Amino acid sequence: MQTKRTIFPNRWLPYGLLAPQLAITLVFFIWPALQAVKSSFEREDPFGFKTTFIWFANYSKLLADPMYLNALWRTLIFAVLVTVIAMGVSLILAVAVNRLLRSGRVYTTLLVWPYAVAPVVAGILWWFMFNPSIGILSYVLGQMGVTWNHRVNADQAMILIVLAASWKQISYNFLFFVAGLQSVPASLSEAAAIDGAGPFKRFWTIVVPLLSPTTFFLLIVNINYAMFDTFGVIDATTSGGPAQSTNILVYKVYADGFLGLNIGSSAAQSVLLMLIVIVLTVVQFRFVERRVQY
Amino acid sequence: MAAIELAGVKKTYPGGAQVIHGIDLAIGDGELVVLVGPSGCGKSTLLRMIAGLETISDGTISIGGAVVNTKEPAERDIAMVFQNYALYPHMTVRGNLEYGLKNRGTPRAEIDARVEAAARTLEISQFLDRKPRQLSGGQRQRVAMGRAIVRQPKAFLFDEPLSNLDAKLRGQMRIEIRRLQRSLGTTSVYVTHDQLEAMTLADRLVVMNGGHIEQVGKPTELYDRPASLFVAGFIGSPPMNLLDVAALQALPGVTLPDALPDGTDIVGIRPDAIILGTAAPGDILLSGTVELIEPVGGESHLYVRVAGLEQAMIIVAQGRSELVEAASLDFALPADALHPFSRATGKRL
Amino acid sequence: MVENRPWLNVLTHLVLVVGVIIIAFPVYLAVIASTHGPGAFLSNVVPLLPGSYMLDNYGQMLSQGMSTSGAPPLTLMLANSLVMAIVIAVAKIAISIISAYAIVYFRFPLRTLAFWIIFITLMLPVEVRIIPTFKVVADLGLLNSYAGLTIPLIASATATFLFRQFFLTVPDELMEAARVDGAGPMKFFRDILLPLSRTNMAALFVILFIYGWMQYLWPLLVTTDPKFYTVVMGIKRMAAVADADPQWNLVMAAVVLAMLPPVLIVIFMQRLFVKGLVETEK
Repeated sequence: MQTKRTIFPNRWLPYGLLAPQLAITLVFFIWPALQAVKSSFEREDPFGFKTTFIWFANYSKLLADPMYLNALWRTLIFAVLVTVIAMGVSLILAVAVNRLLRSGRVYTTLLVWPYAVAPVVAGILWWFMFNPSIGILSYVLGQMGVTWNHRVNADQAMILIVLAASWKQISYNFLFFVAGLQSVPASLSEAAAIDGAGPFKRFWTIVVPLLSPTTFFLLIVNINYAMFDTFGVIDATTSGGPAQSTNILVYKVYADGFLGLNIGSSAAQSVLLMLIVIVLTVVQFRFVERRVQY
Repeated sequence: MAAIELAGVKKTYPGGAQVIHGIDLAIGDGELVVLVGPSGCGKSTLLRMIAGLETISDGTISIGGAVVNTKEPAERDIAMVFQNYALYPHMTVRGNLEYGLKNRGTPRAEIDARVEAAARTLEISQFLDRKPRQLSGGQRQRVAMGRAIVRQPKAFLFDEPLSNLDAKLRGQMRIEIRRLQRSLGTTSVYVTHDQLEAMTLADRLVVMNGGHIEQVGKPTELYDRPASLFVAGFIGSPPMNLLDVAALQALPGVTLPDALPDGTDIVGIRPDAIILGTAAPGDILLSGTVELIEPVGGESHLYVRVAGLEQAMIIVAQGRSELVEAASLDFALPADALHPFSRATGKRL
Repeated sequence: MVENRPWLNVLTHLVLVVGVIIIAFPVYLAVIASTHGPGAFLSNVVPLLPGSYMLDNYGQMLSQGMSTSGAPPLTLMLANSLVMAIVIAVAKIAISIISAYAIVYFRFPLRTLAFWIIFITLMLPVEVRIIPTFKVVADLGLLNSYAGLTIPLIASATATFLFRQFFLTVPDELMEAARVDGAGPMKFFRDILLPLSRTNMAALFVILFIYGWMQYLWPLLVTTDPKFYTVVMGIKRMAAVADADPQWNLVMAAVVLAMLPPVLIVIFMQRLFVKGLVETEK
């Protein structure tokens, strides 16, 4: 791993400098993670007096549990929809802004601020708009003959959380797409224009391929976001309902562990989630490594 | 002021690669010694070892009579000028000049006096309150010099300080460094890969190659009597012609002077030592075809192809040459201008 | 480049205007709702034009809060959020910059191991290890305290990586020059590296402040005492009550107040914000 050509010769100072970070990581990250792994192999009796080591029983029970498989499936649908919508909309907006000079900056300012809106607040805003009794959108839909009630309709509940989660993520994707578009050298577009390619052809043949590193990066980040950072959106809108239809994995860990107090199962779920994050992070890091060359 | 002495200095990296193979060198008090060589020859590493920025694997380095092997750079009382100047970008010029003095606890009044004096010497007084990024390349170079001289150290170490400047500025600064070093009389070690810079600056020149010293001496000595094929090819521009003795002898009508030592299988001749036209007795007479003429103003460089010799020869012709390309040319190699070398050892005979 | 396609320019602006409307509409609605009296939400649909109760609603929320939800006045929750966001941002920057310094400017046994331990924090977001982390915090007696709210969140791999990347771009000669000038490691850090990192620190502060402000699950778990409620989690409690007992005007006043500080930071420090965001994720 890279260091400077010359280094300071001190022997103990670097450990001192690393100590605070390492202490917090060990106490609040590594140790709890190991605890989760440990409890995922154990069963606790109802009174919490005794724990038994039960190998993979928690896992096998989990993977045979239709509720868990349902949550897995719901998570997949949710993540794919959020990623596609949030990335699609933001790419269109980024391309549009990139065509403009001065006014582009004004639009950028108007588009980026939802980044600072907490997911739970985003959930409340959309819930308010879709509120079955007073919401503006449910009213408009009602006029069009659609009865909106996400409290009983599973599909409508899913649409609600997808919209709220995507809405919040657009500004983030937008900024990265703008940065990616700006790093496409203007000379390439100019050369293609001289070669007779129109604006749409240039976009598809020059810009899209050169943008693919950004797109790939955002793909991973968005999947990550949809899977783990949307806890607040769910908690503020559907709380996993109706009938488990929006109970995505990260919400289920919380609900089973904290509300259901099923420690072993929740721990096994935690471990599986960690494995997913680890895979996503490794994919992302390998990619970053290739691009930036660590 | 101090002499610098290197005895058996070696550098081996943790991986096992040895880059400096036992250097012995004595640098006198007030002397300006230039380390020159191709990139990767170890000259910068050696300089950085003197500075204390690289550890010494074996041997000793002493400054002013005291061994400094394990001393921190700051304790060695040296100042260094870096290729990219390494000015602190967030400090003003004054801040840059003061920093080393402040760290040493120099009294305020003295700091101010030294900074003023250094700024005056280098003509950067009007820039003292600017940041480095507001200065031109030449001005930054002066600030880097100023940072060295305010400290009044035992020695200056220069690590290719002029390579980031354009050719014209480089020439000016070279003269200025020379003048400054003379007037201050501070022992200096100067690293460069530019042989012209090396020749013009040095009291003594150290030619390095592959972690060894090839030759040490006054610039003119090295030019007149290169000790090895490497030095012969490295010092002087355009470079010395190196001719294969066997090929030369095979040419019709060529006999080598008897004065050449036994075992000479390569002879060298400086392009400016070759005489156009007829020869004195004992000289080698050759003829060839002019392939290319490079007029460089006061003189011309002729690239001449001699049938039977592998490489085109370079000849410096004074004045503007009347010759045209593809013309045939007779020229003589004076016997006393030949440099005899052995191919096997690479050394002068 | 000369390009004369008026219809394309019209389309561009059209797309952007529609985009801005989609982005802004939910918040517009919230602002409008916060200016009406409680009666406005009994009828069929929410109002679309401002009402006249703005000062009443905000005044009530800031000074008393919503009594039915058991949440304290918003002033207290905003203050808690501010403390949490600032402590997290500052502490993350502080511990990250010194660990990056150790990793880049020193060579020592177990350096790579240390790097990987820090890297692992990237892989373990709070959400996936809730229960054991909660248990550690509870065992340490940190529930219902500012320490419990902040300390578990201040380890940061991204900030460490950002500083590491930045330090690697600082020319080696700067450190060498400083050593020749007599600066030791701490002096070099303070006099040279810290001032050079100023922009990076500011950019990171913007991002991390927003991160700290948006925390929801963690405060929800570790605080049961309303004294320590943060505004983002407090709103959720109010909204849950408002569903049964429509006080949307008050809830939306709280929503607007909760969004305001980080949104203003994004808008007014846009340059730093973009730099921080794009560079931490690179």
